[in-house]
Amino acid sequence: MEPLDRYRPIVDDFEAFIDACERPLPSAVRVNTIKATVERVRTALADAGIAHTPVDWHDGLFVLPEDSPGANWPYFHGWIHGQEEVSAIPATVLDPRPGERVWDACAAPGSKTTQLAALMDDTGEVVATDNNLGRISALRTNTERLGATTVAVTHEDGRNHSLKPFGGEGYDRALVDVPCSCEGTVRKNPDTLEDWSLSHVEGISGVQKGVLKRAVEVTEAGGTVVYSTCTFAPEENEAVLDYVLDEAACDIVEYDLPLDHAPGVTEWQDETYDPSVADAKRIYPHHNDTGGFFCAKLEVRAE
Amino acid sequence: MSDQSTEFTRLPESDDEREDPERATREEVLDFWQDRFGVPPETFEERTFWERGAGKLWLYSGTPPSPVDTEGLGMTFLRTRQEHWKPTLEAVQRFGDRASKNVIHLGEEAARAFVAGEDRELDWDGDWGYLVVTHDLAGETEPVGVGLYVYGELRSQVPKGRRRDV
Repeated sequence: MEPLDRYRPIVDDFEAFIDACERPLPSAVRVNTIKATVERVRTALADAGIAHTPVDWHDGLFVLPEDSPGANWPYFHGWIHGQEEVSAIPATVLDPRPGERVWDACAAPGSKTTQLAALMDDTGEVVATDNNLGRISALRTNTERLGATTVAVTHEDGRNHSLKPFGGEGYDRALVDVPCSCEGTVRKNPDTLEDWSLSHVEGISGVQKGVLKRAVEVTEAGGTVVYSTCTFAPEENEAVLDYVLDEAACDIVEYDLPLDHAPGVTEWQDETYDPSVADAKRIYPHHNDTGGFFCAKLEVRAE
Repeated sequence: MSDQSTEFTRLPESDDEREDPERATREEVLDFWQDRFGVPPETFEERTFWERGAGKLWLYSGTPPSPVDTEGLGMTFLRTRQEHWKPTLEAVQRFGDRASKNVIHLGEEAARAFVAGEDRELDWDGDWGYLVVTHDLAGETEPVGVGLYVYGELRSQVPKGRRRDV
């Protein structure tokens, strides 16, 4: 847990934080409302003898204490999809409406993409972009199994996303769930921290800034952009927000989240960030017994 | 994926707009679902049909300019340009609950075998060809995939990558 030591100054009850990071996390699934209701999934899991515990802040999520999803009827029918609790946060914060046009900038393997399609009652359009062909095949497989008819998959670098194939039309909303150093996933993948390096954190933050800036550019004035990572590093979180506030026409806005969390940090080492980054939320493993996460909501301004 | 093209072209509405005689039209696709499975055409009212490569049709909710160059567009839906058109497992799982013809219902054990990819002999006094296969799940009938019924045998058409021991 060594790379996490540097967060001692910003994490409350640091020992509890480290203890939580060392505990494994059980599997969780999200109900795919394109194909099933929460009630039918509950019945199907019970009929299959699969123990499932509801999550209190989101009625479409179940923790499976003894199983991993895969070989059972509700999975085969695309009624459920393996997705951690915290990973379900950004799509709910983006709150897309039926019929809208939404961009998912770093979409593979598609948990959040299909969640967006479901929140939109599978109407409108979700353009799902990824820059890795191998991951795109997983994205397509998941989209198909979950029966989404609104997802168009594009292979490109989100920093250079083109509106041309779709006639130049902008978006109502964009989800920017960027590749990151994944520190918050250590409970699922204990190896995550083995390859940690500050140079990776600093390098990837450049990519994150580019994708977020592009998302603000392609979203219509008054539209919403959500920025999220599964890491604790301020270089990948608040510093990226601070950059886009200077470079693109947007503001950080407040939002409600029914999970315990800490505010975004405005100071880190030698840096000071725009005070509005405090409206971003940091979700720590010891607060709700989940993975770690970071999520901010932005509103796009007219130029 | 065997087909490398990433260009999707929208199906012509009807025969009048068709330039390639081999190409299916929207009208024919709607007729196929209605004639073969009794699925009402209005089921697909809000959706567009696209072809990528030869005969692989996709169903999508948006209306981008045609052709559009993407890796995926909605869901794979129907195979045409062969003697018998064949719906995909995804299309049947999503829209097969509206089917009223050529639907075969399996018991639990037969449904498990079907999903595992096994063929089995059984009696069926309806048409031969592609059928919507259903079973009971969580107290209701649910479409599970596509079967091919010939010579007293239901052949599982579940693609290899989707087969499971449930």
